[in-house]
Amino acid sequence: MVYLDYSATTPVDPRVIEAMTPYFSASFGNPSSVHRYGQVAEAAVESARETVASVLNCKPEEILFTSCGSESDNLALRGAAYAMREKTGAKWILAARAEHPAVTKTLLHLQKYEGFLIEWLDVDEQGLVTPEIVSSAICDSTAVLSVMYANNEIGTINPIREIAEVCRKKNILFHSDAVQAAAYLPVDVSALGVDLMSLGAHKFYGPKGVGVLYVRKGTPLVSHLTGGGQEFNLRAGTQNVPYIVGFAEALRLTNEERYQRVTHVQPLRDRVIGGVLETIPDARLTGPMERRLPHHASFAFKDVDGNLLLTLLDAAGFACSSGSACKTGNPEPSDVMNAIGLSRDWGLGSLRVTLGMQTTAADVDVFLVALPGLVEKARKLR
Amino acid sequence: MTKVVVAMSGGVDSSVAAALLKEQGYDVIGMMLRLWSEPGKEDSNRCCTPDSMGQARRVAAKLDIPFYVIDAKDVFRETVVQYFLDGYARGETPTPCLICNRQIRWTFLLEHALALGAEYMATGHYVRIQKGEDGRMNLLRAVDRSKDQSYVLHVLDQEKLRRALFPIGDYPKTEIRAIAEKFGLPTASRKDSQDLCFLAGEDYRNFLQRNATEMLRPGEILTRGGTPVGTHTGLANYTIGQRKGLGLASSVPLYVLGKDSGTNSLIVGTREELGSQELTARGVTWQSGEAPRAAFRAEVKIRYTAKEAEAWVTPLDADRAQVRFEAPQRDITAGQAAVFFQGDLLIGGGIIL
Repeated sequence: MVYLDYSATTPVDPRVIEAMTPYFSASFGNPSSVHRYGQVAEAAVESARETVASVLNCKPEEILFTSCGSESDNLALRGAAYAMREKTGAKWILAARAEHPAVTKTLLHLQKYEGFLIEWLDVDEQGLVTPEIVSSAICDSTAVLSVMYANNEIGTINPIREIAEVCRKKNILFHSDAVQAAAYLPVDVSALGVDLMSLGAHKFYGPKGVGVLYVRKGTPLVSHLTGGGQEFNLRAGTQNVPYIVGFAEALRLTNEERYQRVTHVQPLRDRVIGGVLETIPDARLTGPMERRLPHHASFAFKDVDGNLLLTLLDAAGFACSSGSACKTGNPEPSDVMNAIGLSRDWGLGSLRVTLGMQTTAADVDVFLVALPGLVEKARKLR
Repeated sequence: MTKVVVAMSGGVDSSVAAALLKEQGYDVIGMMLRLWSEPGKEDSNRCCTPDSMGQARRVAAKLDIPFYVIDAKDVFRETVVQYFLDGYARGETPTPCLICNRQIRWTFLLEHALALGAEYMATGHYVRIQKGEDGRMNLLRAVDRSKDQSYVLHVLDQEKLRRALFPIGDYPKTEIRAIAEKFGLPTASRKDSQDLCFLAGEDYRNFLQRNATEMLRPGEILTRGGTPVGTHTGLANYTIGQRKGLGLASSVPLYVLGKDSGTNSLIVGTREELGSQELTARGVTWQSGEAPRAAFRAEVKIRYTAKEAEAWVTPLDADRAQVRFEAPQRDITAGQAAVFFQGDLLIGGGIIL
């Protein structure tokens, strides 16, 4: 099997596993306990927090550990919306149409059950949110704006720094989902200028089930998981010590090896994009060529059932994914495909090929040999 | 390794079919079709509820085989549901499961299986295949006669039979359960219901009401002699042999004898008039690949649940056959299948005209 779905998840780096291992059983204490068992665990969590803070170029107390990127998105948006409504009466939440469901579904929930008003910002045909669109949409009663750093389906990198500048001028809270971006792009929050930023470890060779929310000091936020006073009273629940240690180690390695990683995947990605567009008729790249995650290639094929293509690929030994992927046989074009204006005959036929550190040039070559025939098969079976 | 796709339902029979093939050394792939449902009723489709899908997925994981769901909604709507509606429009009582077996399972799904590189497709049907001395594939009734499902598989021709595997037809149901237990698979059968999957557990009349209102036009009830005796609420609401619910005042009980869709009239008569010694079947599939040259004796089944009856079968042309029973048969219903057996061997079958 050839795994080409690193944007879905990555294998945990053995060095990360090694760092995590002592905290399952040897040093199993609860960080909140007074005794020395607790102190050892607490020290591990706080050291992890410092590591993460140093990569993000922020203070340790601005880092909250959560259970995943989706939880970070929830805490950021619900927390900021409630706090801003209480503080200023602001009722509007703004987000781009191409956001991850962890953002869009959370906002729909806030709209339905909490009476917030949502404005969806258009993206261009490459999935890009421009500072101009943001500037024309925000107003005094905007509670928070959410724009993802990089798009999971089509790899588009948004101009986060420029958008943050617009928000800063108008004094609007700005959240960015950086779950996909963190594996390859710098996540220096001072340089980016965001107020809130979500990360998840399993996209960069860390374990599933642990995330981070960066909260700029002074950002009003209300907890939505109540209980003990963990994580600065903002996220109750005994800290998942081994996974938090794993998060920090994975992020540290990602930051340290960023250059090698980018230079490994980017040429392979370019080979995938070039090969697919050259050999397959009625194929197009979704998302931009520039301003694109370096490991990310995504396509739309006209008149192809994307789900069927994934099935054919899997049976042929290639693990990929699709914007319309659905394990229950009910394919619909994703919101992202709709947001970038693809018609249904293109939008159902999306394919995402994402590479990682284990991907080799030989993997890419066999994939490029196999894909044209499989696309043709999928078209015939339709 | 030879690849085989197993059509999985999550029930015990197809799960054991997959387990047996895996044990026999095949490279097994599980597949399930997402069929059409009326909008809003997707969760009640008997053949692909989220429950059965989850169950099939767990079985596949247990057996360590890949599992895929294929979208067949459009093709199912266009062929099977359309056939169902057309049948009622013609005054027949259609059996869309036959069309599903032929067009969806053994054409659409088989094409997908072949595209995945499979040489065979298997299902959890109680039926057997044997290669004859002449090299042809013979379709035989299941060892467990009480579970035999050959009636619904008479649509398979030589080309499909060459691709088909039915691993559980050699076992009695009790043994299938025992094998399931041995493999740690679920032992529950899917509820043995004759309801159509897309009716979502409802009466077919409700479905017609929603999807083909024009079909439920009231009309006259006539005797065979043409005497009007009442009005009916729409031909599709009645079945051949039905006595109750006709709303007729008569000194003797009256039964539905037939339907005339041309004049939209329902034909009724006495118990003595019910039944016939003859029928003609169309769209006949001959398992051997060609129609027998002469008339032959066979045991003929005219419904899934009917008992076989002795008859002479005369092939009329490539498509049609005439069946003459030794004794008159009640409830010969246009749209149902007549299937011809000689002992364990399935000879052919078609749709009753």
